[in-house]
Amino acid sequence: MKNIAKHIYTALIFLFLYAPIATLMVLSFNASKTRAKWGGFTFNWYSRLFQNEEILEALANTLLIAVISAFVATVIGTIACVAMTGMKKRSRTILMGITNIPMLNAEIVTGISLMLLFISMGLRFGLGTILLSHITFNIPYVILSVMPRMKQLNPSTYEAALDLGASHVTAFFKVVFPDLLPGILSGFLMAFTMSLDDFIITHFTKGAGVDTLSTKIYTEVKKGIKPEMYALSTLIFVTVLILLLLVNMAPTKNKTPNYGG
Amino acid sequence: MTSKNKWLSTPYVLWSVMFIIIPLGMIFYYGLTDRTGAFTLQNITAIATAEHAKALWLSLLLSIISTVICFLLAYPLALILSNMKVNQHSFIILIFILPMWMNFLLRTLAWQTLLEKSGVINSVLNFLHLPNINIINTPYAIILGMVYNFLPFMVLPLYNVLSKIDKNVLNASRDLGANSVHTFFRIILPLSIPGIISGITMVFVPALTTFVISTLLGGSKILLIGNVIEQEFTQASNWHLGSGLSIVLMIFIILNMIASAIFDKEGEGSML
Repeated sequence: MKNIAKHIYTALIFLFLYAPIATLMVLSFNASKTRAKWGGFTFNWYSRLFQNEEILEALANTLLIAVISAFVATVIGTIACVAMTGMKKRSRTILMGITNIPMLNAEIVTGISLMLLFISMGLRFGLGTILLSHITFNIPYVILSVMPRMKQLNPSTYEAALDLGASHVTAFFKVVFPDLLPGILSGFLMAFTMSLDDFIITHFTKGAGVDTLSTKIYTEVKKGIKPEMYALSTLIFVTVLILLLLVNMAPTKNKTPNYGG
Repeated sequence: MTSKNKWLSTPYVLWSVMFIIIPLGMIFYYGLTDRTGAFTLQNITAIATAEHAKALWLSLLLSIISTVICFLLAYPLALILSNMKVNQHSFIILIFILPMWMNFLLRTLAWQTLLEKSGVINSVLNFLHLPNINIINTPYAIILGMVYNFLPFMVLPLYNVLSKIDKNVLNASRDLGANSVHTFFRIILPLSIPGIISGITMVFVPALTTFVISTLLGGSKILLIGNVIEQEFTQASNWHLGSGLSIVLMIFIILNMIASAIFDKEGEGSML
């Protein structure tokens, strides 16, 4: 009896979390152009999507920013983690405190602070400024994913490699890096996801004429969202779902990259 | 590792100074000066004007209510999930992160479709002969949007601390004669405090400062403090006033940070 209640409760929460997603998927097949009415089933929006250059360009921008910002953040964040283990406790605490600022601070404050910085630097607002901002808020996610792995590491293995004649670089890539890899990959995935889903910081740091999917949707809110957008989100969601299921079902469970870190 | 690696921290330290510290300094500079560059507290005290104070009060009210609801919904769920036998830590985290792959604005907008007068939810309520709900474009819809968007940020830290509690501690408590209510209040709840604090921070800060959820679900009439600040930057172009109000907002965020630093020293309540 108690177990049934638990299952019902869990199911209700998941219904709450996934109902809007199901709604969007249904809307992507809705022949009527308005959200409010069901006008029959159609694949029309999916074929229209691939002719809509504005949406495709926004998609390209979004993916480009997500890939580059997640990659750069992963490199900087991983190096920072390695560096921090060699630091004195006090400076490490200070640096970790600074790392937490973009995570704990309000996105709107981060967004406008970067906007003020870029204006005072005289930068032209566009893909470049969005990229710098995304790298900034992505680094903490990488550090928080890699740091726990770093702490589990046995420093003697690295020293042993050095004793056996390996250079610092070889020792790092042969001994330390493989152990960090799951953390690095989950940090990358997390950063990629955060970049992809970001609206607020992009809103303040983008230039006129440059749009990501989020900012494009925001400008469409008042005129009404184009149904092609529902089709695109459904495609993205289903693709990711399939990819993640494949990764998670791979036999070597403990070594596969995942969000769990 | 060796001290030779010290220079390795340089890129990150430079990056943090350039893109975290200096930008925050700029908010303080703009917030504490007027258009001529002279020092003033006017942008800060502007929070006391009727319009701004009302927006701040409403933001505080809605975000506190949302945080409480998130906590009440998330704690039982995190308990249930942490007791599951399956060793699927990453899978459970995945389920909560997966929705983020559908754009956050679209997901929030979907609630309009669900909540409309003749929408899905009311059709179901009609079918069950229950009274309809008409909360779209009201503060209630904003609360719903906040709970919906930020619930995962409450569940994940709670799940994280709860699943790390050593089962032997719970068994010991039962062996020593404590009933399940006792075990919960004396063992489980105190041990999960880092997760609770982290969850509260992760929900309260974005809820307090949002301008998107109120725009999408509250109609255009309800202004939160986030909306006021956003408008100062994008429409009114009064960066000094916008920065001043941001400083006021940051006071609440810093209070929150101090609380989490006191209660969660080891960072145990992290999301990942």
